[in-house]
Amino acid sequence: MTSETLSAVAAAAPATPHEFMHAQARWHWSEIVFWLATLLPFVLAPDYLLLSSQVAITALFALSLDLILGFSGIVSLGHAAYFGVGAYTAGLISVWGWGEPLTGLLVAGVAAGIVGYVTSFVVARFRHLALIMITLGFCLLLQEAANDANWLTGGFNGLQGVHTWKLLGTFDFDLYGYTAYAYALAVLFVIFLVARRIIHSPFGLALRGIRENGARMPAIGAPILSHIRTIYTIAAIIAGVAGAILTQTTETVSLEALGFQRSADVLVMLIVGGTGRLYGGLIGAAVYMVARDQFSGLNPQYWYFWIGLLLIAIVMFLPNGILGGLELLARRLKVIS
Amino acid sequence: MQKLLCGLTGVALAFLGAGSASAQNSVKIGMINEYSGQFADTGAQIDHGVTLWMKQHGDTVAGKKIELIRKDTGGMFPDTAKRLAQEAIVRDHADILGAFSLTPNALAAADVSKQAKKLMVVMNAATSIITEKSPYIARTSSTTPQLNYTLGQWAAKNGIKTVYTMVSDYGPGIDAETWFQKGFKDNGGTIVGSVRFPIANPDFSSFVQAAKDKNPDAIYIWIPGGAQPAAIGKALAERGIDARKTKILGQDALASETALKSMGDISLGIISVSDYDYNHQSPMNKEFVKTYNDEFHRNPDFFSIGGYDGAHLIYAVLAKTGGKADGDALIAAAKGMSWESPRGPIMIDPETRDIVQTVYIRRVEKVGNELLNVEIAAVPNVKDPAHGAKK
Amino acid sequence: MLPALGVLFDGVAYGMLLFLMSVGLSVTLGMMNFVNLAHCSFAMLGGYVTVTLMNAAGWPFLATLPAAFVAGAAASIVLERIFFRRFYNSNELNQCLLTIGIVFVSIATAAYIYGTDQQPMQLPSYLRGSYHVAGIDLAVYRLFLIVVAALITAVLMVTLESTRFGAQVRAAVNNQRMARGLGIDVDRLFAFTFALGGGLAGLGGGLALPMLGLDPSFALTYLIYVLIVVAVGGLGSIAGSFAAAMLLGVADMAGKYYVPALGSVLIYLVMLVMIMWRPSGLFGRR
Repeated sequence: MTSETLSAVAAAAPATPHEFMHAQARWHWSEIVFWLATLLPFVLAPDYLLLSSQVAITALFALSLDLILGFSGIVSLGHAAYFGVGAYTAGLISVWGWGEPLTGLLVAGVAAGIVGYVTSFVVARFRHLALIMITLGFCLLLQEAANDANWLTGGFNGLQGVHTWKLLGTFDFDLYGYTAYAYALAVLFVIFLVARRIIHSPFGLALRGIRENGARMPAIGAPILSHIRTIYTIAAIIAGVAGAILTQTTETVSLEALGFQRSADVLVMLIVGGTGRLYGGLIGAAVYMVARDQFSGLNPQYWYFWIGLLLIAIVMFLPNGILGGLELLARRLKVIS
Repeated sequence: MQKLLCGLTGVALAFLGAGSASAQNSVKIGMINEYSGQFADTGAQIDHGVTLWMKQHGDTVAGKKIELIRKDTGGMFPDTAKRLAQEAIVRDHADILGAFSLTPNALAAADVSKQAKKLMVVMNAATSIITEKSPYIARTSSTTPQLNYTLGQWAAKNGIKTVYTMVSDYGPGIDAETWFQKGFKDNGGTIVGSVRFPIANPDFSSFVQAAKDKNPDAIYIWIPGGAQPAAIGKALAERGIDARKTKILGQDALASETALKSMGDISLGIISVSDYDYNHQSPMNKEFVKTYNDEFHRNPDFFSIGGYDGAHLIYAVLAKTGGKADGDALIAAAKGMSWESPRGPIMIDPETRDIVQTVYIRRVEKVGNELLNVEIAAVPNVKDPAHGAKK
Repeated sequence: MLPALGVLFDGVAYGMLLFLMSVGLSVTLGMMNFVNLAHCSFAMLGGYVTVTLMNAAGWPFLATLPAAFVAGAAASIVLERIFFRRFYNSNELNQCLLTIGIVFVSIATAAYIYGTDQQPMQLPSYLRGSYHVAGIDLAVYRLFLIVVAALITAVLMVTLESTRFGAQVRAAVNNQRMARGLGIDVDRLFAFTFALGGGLAGLGGGLALPMLGLDPSFALTYLIYVLIVVAVGGLGSIAGSFAAAMLLGVADMAGKYYVPALGSVLIYLVMLVMIMWRPSGLFGRR
């Protein structure tokens, strides 16, 4: 931090910790613009509602990764494990006869949360490369197990017979994707509010402390391990919910929901958007998926090339992701302090 | 909020309505295919088959211009495949869905075909249940049971008494194992052992050793295409298994052109089952192979023929309905349709809408300087045993 | 007993291959903390160079191997100069993103130039088949692999232990700041080591051709195995990579022979157990 910003902060600094947290938690006008913009596809691009619903689902998944990676410093290459657990749970409940979406969502979230809670005991104890490989290994094992248990999961072919009932008893999941997008967006918004509340709480502050300097935290009385377990479980629940929405809106679920590619893709999207900023995952998911869709449409065989170039460009010119770059710009233009 | 949603929906529908009053003089085919990723080569061959047909027969049928809308799924991603199928219909106004190389993708898109009542032509995916998922699906490739049951049957009837089976541990592999064993056992054979290897398996030596230990008359192998056929060929050679003494039985991918090139002379004697090989000796096929080579500088394979015949089917049904592109008319026209393809005579079964064709048993032999699949038996009019004749 | 020896032999050969492909990444990651996920792209490049020289230019297989090494080394130097050096002090996530971008570009380029199908290649006749020794089949190619990899390992170990360059590398891996303080030009050292690692990866790619095949997705497919070897072995340690590669190669082969139902699960299980037991790897720094 430069001396200018220091004095600016000092000048605007609230007197008490509570006031500080309050100031952080206030809604900035750019956030309101963002959420209003998410409604635009209904009007401007109704042909793209299906893509939008999948962006919303992925954004939710990226948000859950941001909670552990961006805010708590836990690098996971296997977060799709929880996404997959949620997806399969929602699918299985439907196949076994209960296709109501909202309750299915809750059950899926709980199931993913349980798996997350159990694994968090291991995850909390490791850092750096060991942590990355453990999360990766666990996810790969889970995928193998799902493939082996093809009497339960449908294996390679995917789970068949998933049918989602009408949302709230009235809205059918139509071919165009109106209900799908509305559903995904609504859930994303609600969970976003929850995540925002968590981050702007003393617990959230402690997490950021753990990310910055994990060794120091116990000195001020913060229980690192239990905090990490808590946020990891919460992130698992959210990832599970995202997976469930995918199953419910597409009425299909298969092994790639648990796959390495899904874990890697969401990590890339989060980095592109900018970690530790709550909106990074959302923006990253939107940019990456829309870019992929457009490149793939233009050049089905070689779109990898353009996406690769895009990633390299982003990393070279926007070192803190898109949001980092925007923040820098906004600071220069004195839009924010 | 409810009112706002309704209002917005209304506006959106108005946009949609305006959009869909577009050219009724074209019939669009949404090709839901893999153009990138691991399965890109299969996707490319299917696409080549379709475009070759269109080049040879022009792009107009019954007064309608045929347009291809290519959508890349990137691999085994059923949710993407479903979305792309939906988008093809909703956004691009496709009348027909085609390609579908991978089973999970086909199964997911089947829902869309059923809901939107559009003809869906499966040009490669080989699992039997696909055609049962929507009444608008017709298949022009082959099914795993169709090929493998026939092989098992042939093996039992041709002096092979004991077989050890080795397959990849996922849907198609397990399917192949089930039906090969059934065909073999139904005709008096004995399975002395079986193993399933992990899907992405770079090294087969331990599995081959286990097979060798059992000393069977033949070893049946099912693996997906790509790197694996050559790898397993080498493993067999390294373990001293000579394909001319201990018979090696497999499906098409085991003896594909690339596999044979990589294996070299080790592959001599491998017996495989397929619906098509570029070495099929018929005048129609010779012509097909020549034009394919002129156009794409490579030989066609069983993926290409699925695409080629898929396009043939689409043109034929459109001609029969006089250009009407709605699902009901097209599928009704497709039922029972039969023709002579470069692979031999084929028919779309009127009851199951699946393919009925001649299945060939071939052996790898050296012809001149090349390693080719030479046909040693042909079983005509084979239906898919899973939903056709039995069950 | 006999089949067990055969399985052991195969496992060692597979392990040697993994070692060659991974050792470069282990050293560069350990020395500079630079996460180079594009490491397998160098291996892929080596593979394509071998295939092109053999099929298009008619070179004998053995002659293409040094070319594969040179290609991998050259590509590493170019990428290091243009891209990587800007990110040495950047955070790991940025390095991931940069190198993943490079992987994607490399895959698309390979697909464009060579097409998406498998590259066919034929081993020279003296490398095919197998020797029958005391009832076990020893594949000639695997023997060749073991010999080549053992030679390279010996050269690497000697370099590391007995040369000044090796001493500098060990110092830089151990404590970079201190090494700089002692006047060691760590940046140039790193460029050199990076080139060496890339070259070895390229060589590994060429050698892997008959066993693992080659298509554009190679760069991503084998990345997971390479990461596993590096993590289990410990960053910055050649001995660690060797031990880890052996362990994983043998475990994989043994698992597939004795408990085929477990399949690839065994490699992941072994990795998890090893990393939980020794988070810094077998011979890692801490």
